[in-house]
Amino acid sequence: MPPSDTPENTTTPGVEGDADGPLIVFDQVVKRFGDLTVLDHLDFSVAPGERVTLIGPSGSGKTTILRLLMTLEKVTEGHIWIQGEPFSHMRRGSALVPANEGHLRRRRKRIGMVFQQFNLFPNMTVRKNIMEAPVHVLGVGKDEAAQRAEELLELVGLGDKIDAHPTQLSGGQQQRVAIARALAMRPEILLLDEVTSALDPELVAGVLDVLREVAETTDITMLCVTHEMGFARDVSHRVLMFDQGRIAEEGPPEQIFGDPREERTKSFLKSVLDNGY
Amino acid sequence: MFWDFEWTFQIMPDLLSGLWATVQITVIAYLMALALGLAIAIVRRVPIIGSLLHFVMEFIRTTPLIIQLVFVFLLAPSTVSGMTVGILVLGVHYSSYTAEVYRSGIEGVSKGQWEAARALSLPTTRTWGAIVLPQAIRKVIPALGNYLIAMFKDTPLLFAIGVAELLTEAQRVGSADFRIVEAFTVVGFLFLLVSIPSAIVIRRLEKRYAAV
Repeated sequence: MPPSDTPENTTTPGVEGDADGPLIVFDQVVKRFGDLTVLDHLDFSVAPGERVTLIGPSGSGKTTILRLLMTLEKVTEGHIWIQGEPFSHMRRGSALVPANEGHLRRRRKRIGMVFQQFNLFPNMTVRKNIMEAPVHVLGVGKDEAAQRAEELLELVGLGDKIDAHPTQLSGGQQQRVAIARALAMRPEILLLDEVTSALDPELVAGVLDVLREVAETTDITMLCVTHEMGFARDVSHRVLMFDQGRIAEEGPPEQIFGDPREERTKSFLKSVLDNGY
Repeated sequence: MFWDFEWTFQIMPDLLSGLWATVQITVIAYLMALALGLAIAIVRRVPIIGSLLHFVMEFIRTTPLIIQLVFVFLLAPSTVSGMTVGILVLGVHYSSYTAEVYRSGIEGVSKGQWEAARALSLPTTRTWGAIVLPQAIRKVIPALGNYLIAMFKDTPLLFAIGVAELLTEAQRVGSADFRIVEAFTVVGFLFLLVSIPSAIVIRRLEKRYAAV
């Protein structure tokens, strides 16, 4: 049992090593960049297998949440817990101290991320892009990893592009490869950061279809930052509306999109619709 | 007669052996500059040690090569040949340039590549070895190639520490027979003979790698 007498733990009942508890817990998380507060004492949790969509105006901190989970940023204050264990921090005796690189490396292996700009490795073929992490991080054999790469490419509808280089693919195809690459690590948590924002409109549907398929056929927990409200409505269990680093409103998609209660949610949804999303 | 062809042919063996030494010195020192420069470019990203190293390299880059050659040659124990000193000093001196070239290449790799590597939990060695460096080096191959030619043209400075490279040989045979003009003219042609094909190869590399 982890120590419960440390001040850090007192505000997070139910997160300690509880298998049925939430998978991800943000506990009073603050993130500042200089004077700018991006996340302001944020509390929220995500259940295993839950698909959560984060919406809100740009600069409201949605992407920062994903980046904190991917350990691309560090929390300024507060703690992040995953599976009841400290994630942004680690235990030292009875205290929690900021995590070192080794701790982060161990704990983020089962978290995958798909980026707005795809970020495929241009010096490798599609096959190598997908095999790289399973082989060199999980220690999967090359044959097995290659086989899995083929299966994943079939899943995203690009079986014939396995030997192509990323530069030979369209944006939509690159993003589907990036999804396959993230899935190759068999993530428990998949972070999707505006994955269709950089795509030409006609390529968006193909990427979203792949993600719908992933949502339907797996129980991967998904956190999704998107402006695709139709997609959010279809796949997510819950929608969080962010504004100025706080959750302005949350609820099931039918309620948030059909019957928003907060004025900020209403005006945000209106502006998104007006912009033709 | 102002120009004595017969004499020119006679000194050719000596000059060619000088040229051969020049090419050898250049190749070895260049390989050293390539490897050392890369190591420096990577270590320079480490806090404190990196800044220190930066200062040292800045010092090497902003002082004349010939002074470094003479200085190290005079300080080195007499058992160390001028050839060895020449190669080492050339290699280190040019690594201060190649390090900058690599640095620009490394900085040219987008932040997204690092983040993707991190999101996949790739080990640091893999991130550098399989993702960052292959992309960085590809971009700077033409710039690195230009330093090969620059270094080749700097080898006559080894004359100052008595290494039997091309210029030293020319000076020796030329002054023995009072025919410096012929000797040095041939030296110029021999340098061209190597530089021009090298430049053409580098231009090709430039085209090939700039296209991607």
